[in-house]
Amino acid sequence: MRLKGIFLEHKKDTAAVRTVPIPVPEKVSIPMLQSVGAACDVLVKKGDKVLVGQKIGDSDKYMSVPVHSSVSGTVTGISELLLVSGKVCKCVDIKTDGEQTLIDGLEPPVVTDRESFCNAVRQSGCCGLGGAGFPTHVKFGFDEKKFSVDTLVVNAAECEPYLTGDHREMLENTDRIFEGIAHIKKNLGIENVYIGIEKNKPDAIELMTRKASQTDSSVKVVPLKAKYPQGAEKVIVYNLTGRIVKEGKIPADEGVIVINVSTCGFIGEYMATGIPLVRKRMTVSGDAVKSPCNVIVPIGISFKEVLRFAGCDFEGMSKAVAGGPMMGIDLFDLSDPVCKTHSAVLAFKKNEKKAKPVQTNCIRCGRCIEACPVGLMPTVLEKAFDKKDREMLKKMKVSLCMNCGSCTYVCPAKRDLAEKNQLAKALLRT
Amino acid sequence: MEKLTVSPSPHIRSGAATSKIMLHVIIALMPALVVSAFLFGARALALTGVCILSAVVWEKLCNIIMKRPDTTHDLSAVVTGILLAFNLPPSLPYYMAVIGTFIAIVIVKQIFGGLGQNFANPAIVGRIVLMLSFTSAMTHWTMPSTMTDAVTSPTPLADTDKLYNYWDLFLGKCPGCLGEVCAAALIAGGIYLVVMKVITVHAPVAFVATVFVYSWLAGKDPVYQILSGGLMLGAIFMATDYVTTPVSKKGKFIFGIGCGIITCVIRFYASYPEGVSFSILIMNIATPYIDMITLKKPVGAVPAKKEVQTHEK
Repeated sequence: MRLKGIFLEHKKDTAAVRTVPIPVPEKVSIPMLQSVGAACDVLVKKGDKVLVGQKIGDSDKYMSVPVHSSVSGTVTGISELLLVSGKVCKCVDIKTDGEQTLIDGLEPPVVTDRESFCNAVRQSGCCGLGGAGFPTHVKFGFDEKKFSVDTLVVNAAECEPYLTGDHREMLENTDRIFEGIAHIKKNLGIENVYIGIEKNKPDAIELMTRKASQTDSSVKVVPLKAKYPQGAEKVIVYNLTGRIVKEGKIPADEGVIVINVSTCGFIGEYMATGIPLVRKRMTVSGDAVKSPCNVIVPIGISFKEVLRFAGCDFEGMSKAVAGGPMMGIDLFDLSDPVCKTHSAVLAFKKNEKKAKPVQTNCIRCGRCIEACPVGLMPTVLEKAFDKKDREMLKKMKVSLCMNCGSCTYVCPAKRDLAEKNQLAKALLRT
Repeated sequence: MEKLTVSPSPHIRSGAATSKIMLHVIIALMPALVVSAFLFGARALALTGVCILSAVVWEKLCNIIMKRPDTTHDLSAVVTGILLAFNLPPSLPYYMAVIGTFIAIVIVKQIFGGLGQNFANPAIVGRIVLMLSFTSAMTHWTMPSTMTDAVTSPTPLADTDKLYNYWDLFLGKCPGCLGEVCAAALIAGGIYLVVMKVITVHAPVAFVATVFVYSWLAGKDPVYQILSGGLMLGAIFMATDYVTTPVSKKGKFIFGIGCGIITCVIRFYASYPEGVSFSILIMNIATPYIDMITLKKPVGAVPAKKEVQTHEK
């Protein structure tokens, strides 16, 4: 069986540009909820002095990730931020002093077993850096009685157009990635490691393969077809291991743990230095950006600041996307802060035709069915949703849709198929 | 900076468009049109022109009367016009052709809701209605002008003496409808559509292969059967119409086989010499049912647990 998908223009014009750190902004606003799970309680108050790496938010919930200050400076207040989910979360606003002084006592964590490793990972503030933001310690802390995990899949597909953050991570942070892999392997008792990289990154494949042969023969670097959505969890697990993650199950059910390559790189770095997750590599691109680049930004910097650094034409732009163009989320306010999960910010010029294509009748061409990586029938689902036919939606497994957007992308009638699937999922939840 | 546009993902779209697909189909029909102009003269072009023009006018009028957005730019009416013309004898009076496009566009397509909503292929129904209404004009066959001066002669399927050899049929040196005579030109168009990924080979191959096998088993000349009549036109251009055929590959395959069997049954046992249009129409009607039995099973899907029925006493 071969999973379906679509071919996209890569537009990875930042792949060869070395990552640069962004100058420390005047102020940052750090949200208390940046991952899947519960929001953190604020640990600081107005007027407090904070340092880089200082914990400013934590929660007693297991499904939660602590938040650290990314700058040194003074807390100017606690503000509120409206998240895309409709929830409101607290943010710690900090005026920076430009010193970027590290807090004392940051040391490599002492890890002796799986439990202490998971604890250390939690303390680092680590969550999935690929975009979904699932707390990494929860992924690693699977119930050993229930799951027997033998394989680690390192997701370096980076299948979205424009995005090159993972690519640069592999070229610039190679050693740390392999250190991270070694820590995960040792503490979780994993035997096989696959690193899946799309073939449009030949330099990364070459470098990673060479590094793997030098350090650990159990690590296999596998070049993957540059086909969207190659980096989707179920797709990459199947393409690398041949195992199918069944409906309602997680990769651990099939003995696999999937982790993004940048997350691996961060874990390697944290285990060596003890500096928590306070910085993030992100791609700045799009046709409204004069000099597209990869930058390292402190968490909490505003999108506007990042775009300004890359020479964005604020007058001419009409759309800003946090993430890739296929699955990213539109920004409605450029002063919103960058979170741990944001891998890119794209700014696009006004393009009436592209922005709002005229939707016409479905002509039943079946292109959406040919595109769907999980074998759904989007046109059938759309019609079932329009009729509010819950039985049909359940039977046709709309819940398996991961919103990759391939169906909407290929539709000649310009129908919003992926959007309808999301609405249908919401309908079934009610 | 003006206000930011906010929309659900994905934020990019492919260049695919309904009008582009229709344009590909029109291009694929061109070889057959050129051949028919060569074989039947300017009259063939004029008849095709009348069909296209009237189809577009009917579509436009319907849009205006039904207060729908203008859909003539999607080119589907042009395709229907050409396909209907291809199904007519070159000598057919123009007014009959206009009636044909009225049936196709107004009755079959627009009244059911426009492109994408019609259950039957408009051109096929247009042809069938004309066939039943103006039987003599619709069966008045002219020999291609390049061959002889004969005015009328039997079509290959009605011919029992085998006047035509395989090459005549393949190249179109035989009487018949305007666009159906030259198998070579139609196949060339079909290959173009497959290469441009507009159609898949499933329905046409299943259709033609079924007719071939059935004819062979029934003791007829299989090559003669697949090259004559409207089979190539029907299999390549009508049995692949997105709207009125199943959406899945498996469904398209079943559709093709069904068409092939019905075509042979009509050709061999019924009083009509040709059965392609009827077979496609019948399978059009069966399409929702084929779709229903060929629903795809998603990757990793777990069949829904059957709820245990509790009989309450």
